[in-house]
Amino acid sequence: MNKVVALTGNEAAAEAMRQINPDVVAAYPITPQTELMHKFSDFVADAVVKTEMILVESEHSAMSACIGACAAGARVMTATSANGLAFMWEVVYIAASLRLPIVMTVVNRALSGPINIHCDHSDTMGCRDSGWIQLYGENPQEAYDNIIQAIRIAEHPDVRLPVMPTFDGFIISHTLERLEILSDEEVGKFIGAWKPVHPLLDIAHPVTYGPLDLQDYYFEHKKGQAEAMKRAKGVVLAVGKEYGALSGREYGFFEEYKTRDAEQIILCLGSASGTVKSVVDGLREKGRRTGVLKLRMFRPFPAEEILSAIGHAKSIAVLDRAEGFSGLGGPLFPEVRSALYGRSDAKVINYVYGLGGRDLSPEMILSVFDDLEEGRITDREAVHLGVRI
Amino acid sequence: MSVRNYLRPERLPTYWCPGCGDGLVITSMAEVFEELHCDEKNTVLVSGIGCAARAPGYFTLESVHGLHGRAVPIAEGIKIVRPELNVVIISGDGDLLGIGLNHLIHASRRDTDIKVICIDNQIYGMTGGQKSPTTALGVKTLTSPEGNTDRPVDCQALIKAHNSFYARATTFHLPLLKKAIRAAMEHRGFAMVDVRSQCPVNYGRRLGYRNAYEMLMHFKQHYKPVKGVVDRLAHDEIGITSENPKSQIQNPNSA
Repeated sequence: MNKVVALTGNEAAAEAMRQINPDVVAAYPITPQTELMHKFSDFVADAVVKTEMILVESEHSAMSACIGACAAGARVMTATSANGLAFMWEVVYIAASLRLPIVMTVVNRALSGPINIHCDHSDTMGCRDSGWIQLYGENPQEAYDNIIQAIRIAEHPDVRLPVMPTFDGFIISHTLERLEILSDEEVGKFIGAWKPVHPLLDIAHPVTYGPLDLQDYYFEHKKGQAEAMKRAKGVVLAVGKEYGALSGREYGFFEEYKTRDAEQIILCLGSASGTVKSVVDGLREKGRRTGVLKLRMFRPFPAEEILSAIGHAKSIAVLDRAEGFSGLGGPLFPEVRSALYGRSDAKVINYVYGLGGRDLSPEMILSVFDDLEEGRITDREAVHLGVRI
Repeated sequence: MSVRNYLRPERLPTYWCPGCGDGLVITSMAEVFEELHCDEKNTVLVSGIGCAARAPGYFTLESVHGLHGRAVPIAEGIKIVRPELNVVIISGDGDLLGIGLNHLIHASRRDTDIKVICIDNQIYGMTGGQKSPTTALGVKTLTSPEGNTDRPVDCQALIKAHNSFYARATTFHLPLLKKAIRAAMEHRGFAMVDVRSQCPVNYGRRLGYRNAYEMLMHFKQHYKPVKGVVDRLAHDEIGITSENPKSQIQNPNSA
């Protein structure tokens, strides 16, 4: 039974964590994630969760504590942003390599330097090859829904990988919106009882996590991780469908918004898609066949499905809220173009926007659709939207 | 050069909240810099992340605003390349005594000739008031609503473990603060000034202090200045500790 509430993105994430009631949370303050942990600290202090919360001395320690706790047999969650995620780097990889189903919310923020606290996706995009599943949310509702589904996806026996649900810093984390939440019982039943797999100190079945793995088995372990990532696709869909039956909000790899007959399509992640949708609505009234594909799952990358969804378009703009410094634009673009390569005639153009929280206005999106329709932009170089140089 | 020349009036008002102690510390630093003829040719400032770490931006001296916890290694890097420079760190307790604590211990162990001014307000102020490594036991913060259960870092014990220079001051005892900063600047080798400062907005307010003045009065009543130079300061004492001769540690493997 859905209950209507008004929560910010951070509060919605904290509410999801309260309902999940993890065994251990280890965290360190960083803007804009901090309010999430304030709220969760209150839940711990009020004993409405049974969570053991450790406020450690750095993010490197936070993820390390999560790894230890998860290996020891606990359901573990944390949250961070930007430089906090960057400081975790080596342990983020280890969490995935050890196949520990940790769920870490990342409130997207620009990665320094120079220091900036506002939204872009440079933090989580830098983590794209770390072996974590990534789910991008558009609004507080999706922040809440993704976190609950993340537990199921991470812990699924076919997957056993950590999951990173994300949403945009400040734009979503600090914005109050209407959303619908499930009852505690429904969430508890949906995620199910936590069953540790190969926990430490199970004397009858002793295990070692992370021993030296050289030319003998390292490659096999990495292939195993890659295969689990492929299997995650089916699990994400199944969990999204089951969640839809429960809540009325079904989730897939992406949301197709007026794309079926669209000639010009924008593909983007996160909060920007709301603005793009409203521009599409306006253009549709004028008879322009435009649409938006809002990608929810970036890892694993749903290449085949993206091809089926937008391969028919005449031109596609990929909006990247991160600069890849490759000379070719942002990190989302090459993956989308590779997915379409040789199998679609669409011209794919990259736009980098919104770095460090720079606003994405409807006028900018309109200019992108105009560019696409008039074919005046080359697909050989990324366009930086709304920059003064 | 007057004190005013060390600060950048075009950057005022500061980013800090009304009543913050950081302004008192940078004024004291500017006064010492003037007395010792520190200028943009011989002195650089380094900071990490946090409210205190914004301080270098208000000085006319050149500076590096680094990343969280890493002010000390950045300062060590500068000192290695330009040993003739005064390299001064100004940062907070979360930065120097939390996420970057290991660097502080190792720089004091190496006796690297850098000066560390730590503005300790016992809270993560910039992120809104989470408990920090120096938050006292039992204190309620946004992340310890039931009262802090972790003991605060004993900065003096860590620095004195290597017989390095350590002084403690508060933002109420300004003559002592200035004296401590000056002694640190004149000391050859690693020097640490631990400044107890007030955060009225994200700390004091939630503990019942109505304004910064009440927090300063708390410092006045709680901290006792010690005369001369002592071996070690009690937890409620402020002053300058003696620089002991570097201990001659025996090689345990030698006969």
